[in-house]
Amino acid sequence: MMKRFTKSRSAMALTFCAVAALAASQAAAKGTLVYCSEGSPEGFQPQFFTTGTTFDAVSVPMFNRLVEFEIGTTNIVPALAESWTVAPDGKAYTFKLRKGVKFHSNANFKPTRDFNADDVLFSWNRMADEHHPFHTMTAGQTFSYYDDMGMKNIVDRVDKIDDYTVRFVLKRSEAPFLADMAMDFASILSKEYFETMMKKGTPNAADVYPIGTGPFEFVSYQKDAIIRYKAFDKYWGGRPKIDNLVYAITRDATARYAKLKTGECQVMAFPKPADLDAMKQDPALALQQKEGLNIGYIAFNVEKKPFDDKRVRQALNYATNKEAILKAVYQGNGKVAKNPIPPILWGYNDAVQDYPYDPAKAKELLAQAGHPNGFDVDLWYLPVTRPYNPDGKRMAELIQADWAKVGVRAKLVTYEWAEYRKRAKGGEHQVVMFGWSGDNGDPDNFFVPLLGCEAVKGGGNNARWCNKAFEDLVIKAAQTPKQADRAKLYEQAQVIVHDEAPWIPIAHSVRFDALRKEVRGYKMDATAHHYFDKVDLAAP
Amino acid sequence: MLRFVLRRLALIIPTFFGVTLLAFALIHLIPGDPVENLSGERGMDPARRARLLHQFGLDQPLPLQYVRYIGQVLRGDLGESLTTHDSVAREFATLFPATVELAFFALAFALVVGLPAGVLAAVKRNTVADYAVMGVSLTGYSMPIFWWALLLILFFSVQLGITPVSGRIAVQYDVPAVTGLMLVDALLAGDMGAFRSALSHLVLPTIALGTIPLAVISRMTRSAMLEVLRDDFVRAARAKGLPRWRVIVVHALRNALIPVVTVVGLQVGLLLSGAILTETIFSWPGIGNWLIHGVQSRDYPVVQGGILLIAGIVIAVNLVVDLLYGVVNPRIRHA
Repeated sequence: MMKRFTKSRSAMALTFCAVAALAASQAAAKGTLVYCSEGSPEGFQPQFFTTGTTFDAVSVPMFNRLVEFEIGTTNIVPALAESWTVAPDGKAYTFKLRKGVKFHSNANFKPTRDFNADDVLFSWNRMADEHHPFHTMTAGQTFSYYDDMGMKNIVDRVDKIDDYTVRFVLKRSEAPFLADMAMDFASILSKEYFETMMKKGTPNAADVYPIGTGPFEFVSYQKDAIIRYKAFDKYWGGRPKIDNLVYAITRDATARYAKLKTGECQVMAFPKPADLDAMKQDPALALQQKEGLNIGYIAFNVEKKPFDDKRVRQALNYATNKEAILKAVYQGNGKVAKNPIPPILWGYNDAVQDYPYDPAKAKELLAQAGHPNGFDVDLWYLPVTRPYNPDGKRMAELIQADWAKVGVRAKLVTYEWAEYRKRAKGGEHQVVMFGWSGDNGDPDNFFVPLLGCEAVKGGGNNARWCNKAFEDLVIKAAQTPKQADRAKLYEQAQVIVHDEAPWIPIAHSVRFDALRKEVRGYKMDATAHHYFDKVDLAAP
Repeated sequence: MLRFVLRRLALIIPTFFGVTLLAFALIHLIPGDPVENLSGERGMDPARRARLLHQFGLDQPLPLQYVRYIGQVLRGDLGESLTTHDSVAREFATLFPATVELAFFALAFALVVGLPAGVLAAVKRNTVADYAVMGVSLTGYSMPIFWWALLLILFFSVQLGITPVSGRIAVQYDVPAVTGLMLVDALLAGDMGAFRSALSHLVLPTIALGTIPLAVISRMTRSAMLEVLRDDFVRAARAKGLPRWRVIVVHALRNALIPVVTVVGLQVGLLLSGAILTETIFSWPGIGNWLIHGVQSRDYPVVQGGILLIAGIVIAVNLVVDLLYGVVNPRIRHA
C-alpha cells in the first residue's frame, strides 16, 4: 500500500514538474524571436571570416564598428564613434569616441571599464601589426577581409590622441576608407577581455566566446543546430525589444519555408525564387524585398581573340536580349543593368544609353570586325545559384540562342563552383558569367575589384581589361574627398566602360526576406545582413 | 573462436589503408581547393594565395601530403578543420551522438516493423497481405530519401501540424549536453517537456531514414522464412503438434534470422550514408550534415577524418555482426 502511494506521488510530482516547466518555457518564449538562418558560422570572431552567414551570427548581433551603415541604406552613421573629421589632404581621419559604452560579460570575464581608445587600437593593430601579441594566436587563422580589402596599403598607423579620440593616418588619400570602417572586419573587440584570457592561460577563448558592445549577448551555440543570444540590457543604442534571439540553423531552403509556415521560426533567410509566389499569397507571411547591391554580368576576356576587338564586344552587347533574360531568369525580380554599379548606389550614371537589342546592328559590327560569318566561342555559365543570378544555365541558354541569330556559335561550359572561380580567376575563359555583391556601398568597391588594373592579377577582373583612362578616373575618385566630386568622376568612368564594353551588364537582382506577420519593425539591410535589434513581436 | 577474431582484426589494417587512401584521393580529385573557397567572387593576390596554400600544407606533392596525413592519423591526430580551425576529432565527438540517436531509432523502427511484416508476408504467402507488404517495401526502397523526407514534412508538419519540421528540440528548451543524446539529456535534466519535444522531433527523420532498411529487412525476412518454412524440421515440429506460432517464431524465425542479421549489419553503413541526406533536410546536427558541408567547402581534414571514423564504425559493427552469427548459429562458431 505504502509502495503504491509513493509511486503515484512521484508520478504526480513528475507531472507537476512537467507542467511547471512547460509554463516556464512558454513564459520565456514570449519575447523570443527565432530566425531560420542558412548555415553555421565559421566561428565567433568578426575579424577572421568573410561570409555573410558568419557576419549575421557574429558582427551584426554582438559587435559594433566605429561607424555603421544605416539599416536599409549605405549611408554611414555614427556608432562607437560619435563624430569624425577628415584632414584637408584626406590622409587622416580623427574619430571622437562615444562615452559610456559597455562591453558584454560572461562567466570568465566581467569588464571593469567602458569602451575607449585602447580597444580601437587593440582591434586594429591586432590585424595590422605582425608583431602584435595577438596577431598569430590561433593557428592557421588569417585576417582575410583585412587582407582582401588591401588595408595594409591604405592605413599607415592608428594614434591614440586621448582616451576618447583616435586618429587613423593613411598612406594615401582614400575616400572609401570611411565605408571600409563600417564593414564587419572592423568590429571593435575588448582589449581587456583578451588580456584577461591571456592571463588566465586560455587566450584562444577570447576568439571563441565573443564579448562585444552590440545589442545582443552570446548565450550558447550548438554546432549546426542553434545559436542563442539574449538582449544586452546596457546596450548603448537602447535595449532590444525582444528578450531572446535564436538562430535555428536550417540549411535546406524548403525546410526553412516549412518552419516559417508552422511558426517554428518568425524570419527566414534566402527564400527560394520558386517559393516567392506562394509566400506572397500566404496571409500569415509578409515578404519584404529590396533592390540588391549587386550586378550579374558576362565578361569578355579581352586578352583573347576575338574579344580584344571592342567592336566584337559591342556587337554581342547588341545581340543580347536582356529584357527576355530578366523575365525568364529573374522572373521580373530585378532591373536590367546598363552600368557596372546598381542604380541604388550614388554615382550611378543614368545618362548612359544602354545598347538596345539589335541583331542587325550586331551583325554589321561583326562584319566590320572581320567576322561576317560569326565565330565559335565557349560561354562559361555559373554552376550555382547566386544572389545576383538565380539560374546561370537558363541565362546561358537564352544568350546562346540570341547569339546564334548573329552567327556566333556559343558552346556552354561549366565547372564545379570552386573550380569555376579558380579557372576564371586564372583567365582560362573566353567569355564568363559572373557577378558581385557589394561590401560597403561605395562605388569604389565595384570598380576597383572588378575592373581595376590591379584586379587582373588577382583575377577579380574577369574581363582582364585594363584601361588607362578608366583607371586614372577611379584612382582619382578614390583620392577625392567630396562625394559630389567623386560621383562625377565615376559617372565619366561608366561612360568609358559602356563604350569599351568589357562586359555585358545583365541585371541587378532584388533580394527577399520572408517573415511572419507578427514580426514588427523588421527592415531589410542594403548589404544583405539581418538585423534584429529594432524588431518586436506582436501577440500572435 | 580466438583465431577467428584475430583473423578478422588483422583485416582491419589493409582496410585502414584502403579507406584513408580512398578518402584522401577522392576529396583531392574533386576540383577546387580550400583556399579558393575562402575568396568567393573576389580575386586573390597570387602571393597571398601561395602563402595560404603553404600554411595549409597544400603546396606539397600529393603523395607526400598523404604520407604526412597517415603519420598524423597514426599518432591519433585527425587535424583541424580548415573552416572553423577546431579539431576534427572534437567536432566529430560533438556531432556523432545526434547521428547515433537518429540511426538507433531508424534501425529500431525498421526492425520492429520490418521483421513482423516479413514474417507475415511469408506465412500468408501469395495473399493480399503478402502483396501489400512487398509492394509497400518495394516502394519504400525505391523512394529517394530527400523527396520522401520532404513529403513527410509537407504532410505531417505543414498540413496536419502534428510534428515539428526540423531540428532536434524546440528552441525554448535549452538542455545541457551531457551525453549528446538529446532524449537521455532531457531525462537527466528531468525536463519531461524537453523529452516529449525531442521525441516528437525524432519521428519524421526516423521514418525517413528507417524506410529503406525497413524495406530490405522485411524482404529479406520473407525470403529467408519461406526457405526455412519448407524445411523438414519445421514439418517435424508441426507434426509434433506444436502450436502454430511456436513453430513460426521459435523454430522457423530463429533459423531465418541468420541472413537477416547479416543484412542488418550492412544496414548500419547504409544508415550512416542515408543520414547524410536525412540530416541535411531535417537540420539534424549530426555528422552527415557536417560531412556535406565539409565536401562543399573542401575542408579536407573534416572529410578525410569523418570518412575514416565512419569507416571505423562500420568495420566494428560488421565485426560484431560476424561474432553474433556464432550466437545465432552454433555451426559457424566451429568453422
